[in-house]
Amino acid sequence: MSHATPGTPDRVHLDNGGRAPWHPLARQAFEQALADGWADPRRLHAEGRRAARLLDGAREAIAEVLGARTQEVHLTPSHTASLHAAVASVSAARRRAGGTVVASAVERAAVLQAAGPAGELVTVPVDRAGRVDTDAMVAAVRAPGVALAALQHANGEVGTLQPVESVHDAARAAGVPLLVDAGASVGHVAAPQSWDVLAADPADWGGPAGVGVLAVRQRVRTAAVGPEDEDPWAPGGVSVPLAFAAAVALQAVESDRAAQEARRRALVDRLRAEVARIPDVEVVGDPEGRLPHVATFSFLYVDGEALVTELDRHGFAVGSGSACTASTLEPSHVLAAMGVLTHGNVRIALDRTTTADEVDRFTAVLPAAVARVRDMLGVGGL
Amino acid sequence: MNRVPDTLVDARGLRCPLPVIRLAAAAKGLPAGTELTVLSTDPAARHDVPAWCRMRGHVHVATREHSDDWTGWSVTVRLA
Repeated sequence: MSHATPGTPDRVHLDNGGRAPWHPLARQAFEQALADGWADPRRLHAEGRRAARLLDGAREAIAEVLGARTQEVHLTPSHTASLHAAVASVSAARRRAGGTVVASAVERAAVLQAAGPAGELVTVPVDRAGRVDTDAMVAAVRAPGVALAALQHANGEVGTLQPVESVHDAARAAGVPLLVDAGASVGHVAAPQSWDVLAADPADWGGPAGVGVLAVRQRVRTAAVGPEDEDPWAPGGVSVPLAFAAAVALQAVESDRAAQEARRRALVDRLRAEVARIPDVEVVGDPEGRLPHVATFSFLYVDGEALVTELDRHGFAVGSGSACTASTLEPSHVLAAMGVLTHGNVRIALDRTTTADEVDRFTAVLPAAVARVRDMLGVGGL
Repeated sequence: MNRVPDTLVDARGLRCPLPVIRLAAAAKGLPAGTELTVLSTDPAARHDVPAWCRMRGHVHVATREHSDDWTGWSVTVRLA
């Protein structure tokens, strides 16, 4: 199934990382919550209380999937906001312990950016597959003066799973809280269990953008950062319809997660094998220890923007980690940290609605698209 | 033994993937052991030239960052 707007020819949307189409049940839940949950849940009248009940229901449902208590689950304005707030607030509470934030080199930019103002950022290198060096990360969290450690559950750009359990054990023993960014994994694989703070992204699992999820274990001390507000995690309050839709979407995707995991893993296996046949390509990330639905590859001598545009012309929407496709004109820091080719990069994330036929059509079109873009720069024979 | 002279590829002002393409074009047909240095203002080049070396079996010798008279990187490779 494609997400074609009525009137447009069938397009195949393969750029679902962080922004998947809404699950149909999410859309339905959103409309229901607009009717019942439009009021401010913090107010005392019947309408406010009704909205509050929907919000609490959403938190409870999300908590169950994450293996957390309802009181530990907070809704935020976005995944980025969750990560910013988590880094700032946990570091602030740990000021007496030190000012260092230890993070893998492939954490989301939001984590790395927030770590700077919070203290001193120490990044831990990753291997060619994008996996953090466990020993190095353990050593780093054991060093004196560490306020917070951050290690993602899995990398959203390349799919590689991180050794969260081992690192959490070491962090726990050292008294250092671990922030786990599960924004690329929740809804696609089983939620991680080894964390002190967990951030998840509804827009990644088929829920709405404009709301984020942050779970903070009761044992973790946090300090208010920035101007005072009734809800430090969501200044000004949370949209009840968005929160409710996010929770319903999560329950929906969890109900057939195992089947979707297996189906998409097989499709990506096939995709990786097909792409590897194209000359001068680097298929990036761990082939086994990865998210089921993500794939990324870099083509030598290819202009990433030109390739994305060429594929778009053919009806395929893909992402890219190449410098020329980024507003900053910097290559993906994830690809750079891995030491893989950053130019000519294509990033794919299959949605649960993406069919095998659509993947086949993409692999059929890709070699000629790459050849055409290479020809444009006259690279034959290099 | 005389060291094979350095070949300089000035790719400043060009954006990815042109610096690597210019380097590859300059390297074509040159004997093993030749050292080439590519100058680039493009931030991707400092990652992609070493990646190109790895994909082609060449040796990444050094990367130098420039911030004085011009801002960018010079990356030296030795052909296999």
